Amino acid sequence: MTSYRSLFLKLLSAVLVFGAWEIAGRIPVSYSFPTFLDTMSALAALTLDGTMLRAYAETLQPLAVGVTISAVFGIGIGLWVGLSARFDWLFSPIFIVMQAAPLAALIPLLVMAYGIGLTSKVFVVCIMAMPVIVLNTGAAVRNTPSSLKEMGKAFLAREDQIILKVIIPAASPVIFSGLRLGISAGFIGAILAELKITPTGVGDIITYSRSIADYPSMYAAIFSIILFAVLFLNLVERLEFILFKGNNRGYVSD
Amino acid sequence: MAMSQISDAPRPIREPAPENAVVARNVSKHYGPVEALRDLTLEFPRGQLTSLLGPSGCGKTTLLKIIAGLLEPTSGEILVNGEQVTGPGPDRAFVFQDFALLPWANVMRNVAFGLELRGVARSEREAIAERYIRDVGLAGFEDSYPHQLSGGMRQRVGLARALSVDAQVLLMDEPFSAVDEQTRRKFQEDLLALVENENKTFIFVTHSIEEAVYVSDQIAILLPRPSRVSEIIRPSGIRGKGADNIRRDPEYLDIVDRIWASLRSYVE
Ligand SMILES: Nc1ncnc2c1ncn2[C@@H]1O[C@H](COP(=O)(O)OP(=O)(O)O)[C@@H](O)[C@H]1O
Ligand SMILES: [Mg+2]
Repeated sequence: MTSYRSLFLKLLSAVLVFGAWEIAGRIPVSYSFPTFLDTMSALAALTLDGTMLRAYAETLQPLAVGVTISAVFGIGIGLWVGLSARFDWLFSPIFIVMQAAPLAALIPLLVMAYGIGLTSKVFVVCIMAMPVIVLNTGAAVRNTPSSLKEMGKAFLAREDQIILKVIIPAASPVIFSGLRLGISAGFIGAILAELKITPTGVGDIITYSRSIADYPSMYAAIFSIILFAVLFLNLVERLEFILFKGNNRGYVSD
Repeated sequence: MAMSQISDAPRPIREPAPENAVVARNVSKHYGPVEALRDLTLEFPRGQLTSLLGPSGCGKTTLLKIIAGLLEPTSGEILVNGEQVTGPGPDRAFVFQDFALLPWANVMRNVAFGLELRGVARSEREAIAERYIRDVGLAGFEDSYPHQLSGGMRQRVGLARALSVDAQVLLMDEPFSAVDEQTRRKFQEDLLALVENENKTFIFVTHSIEEAVYVSDQIAILLPRPSRVSEIIRPSGIRGKGADNIRRDPEYLDIVDRIWASLRSYVE
């Protein structure tokens, strides 16, 4: 019942947004702003002639590698940072600086150090994705209710059992929200890398179609990457639900 | 040094099971500049319920957590069955004031959690938990989550969890303070039956005089910080009169009055 209703609301909001886009494109707001329907037909054309598939095969490489590294190491370091005050002191500042750093200014340095290949692009994705994952995980671990940890100790939990059976489940909702934020930032990083380092994949479609004023194709590429990101984040949410069913039930110790 | 020199000399033989399940000996506890306990000595007879009664902030929780092995005393020692406590052990189980239930685990998993941590196989621990869930009156709620239960039911889960690890000593930190008055009275009656039926030693923290007199074999009155035991009262005359009659018993009312008289000077 409620799931139908929320699906209906999602469809309704999509229709409203796309309708507004179509109208804005027809007015037109700007010469370089295509209508929704033009964009969709460009998307269909790009998909059918295989351009899109080739582009994603390229874009997904740094994205997948970078997001995987960020998730694994980000959660690992975050757990460590949250558990040990000394580690927190040592590492948290690095990630806070990383989060605040203007990425575009760092890209020339990365290119000098690692060239224009995959490595630099993976770095860009990691710099975007990792800090929020580390910082969220660390904060979540630190905020585990101390009464639950104490309960674990009183019932003879070993240190590793406290981490696995108390701290991680308690922290999982915030860890996952960090993961979602990190992944969306990783998408931004992947596209940014393709726009700023070497035009490949989806970034290449955007750059190239802009240079020949094929705005519907440019918007189609942007639209497709947003759609892809949203679908992927939904998948992560599904994963969270399967792994930690019901962990976000809220705390009941008033 | 002096001890090691006479270590060959014959020692007095200790009786196998001391009559006190727990002994606190000259326990002091400082939290930085705050002195919570000073040189506190107290014995907890086996198989009985001892209450720690005192105004809030006087160090009852601190003492209970030191007995549990969750806190270290600044000086002094705790003996459980004659052996010094160095940390939590299987001989003690804790019932927490704020319940400390895992919000993501259902009643069954919460009750069986102590056994889960000890590596007891799932079917076995669930069979044990099942029994205690029934004993505390929560049969049918095995699959409910803590947020679906009332305060009283949550504390029953906490109690069942402590019972299912079968410790000899049960440490209860104001277990009924977050529970409404009617439920609390029912709890107190159930606790009396529990002391009678389970062969366990209970250490029960409360700030309610009536509650202490109603349920205890022995009441230790703690004075405000730095706290020591000011008085030990054994309401022996009213035990065994049946749960229903105690509250009307003149001796019960006398003891309540007497405790109030000795505590009132510390309450502004
Ligand atoms: N972790 C702590 N750090 C500093 N002071 C504490 C801490 N825990 C308790 N205290 C202080 O020690 C005293 C005794 O506390 P507690 O044992 O909780 O009392 P009670 O359980 O009798 O209410 C209180 O004054 C409290 O402020
Ligand atoms: Mg207390």
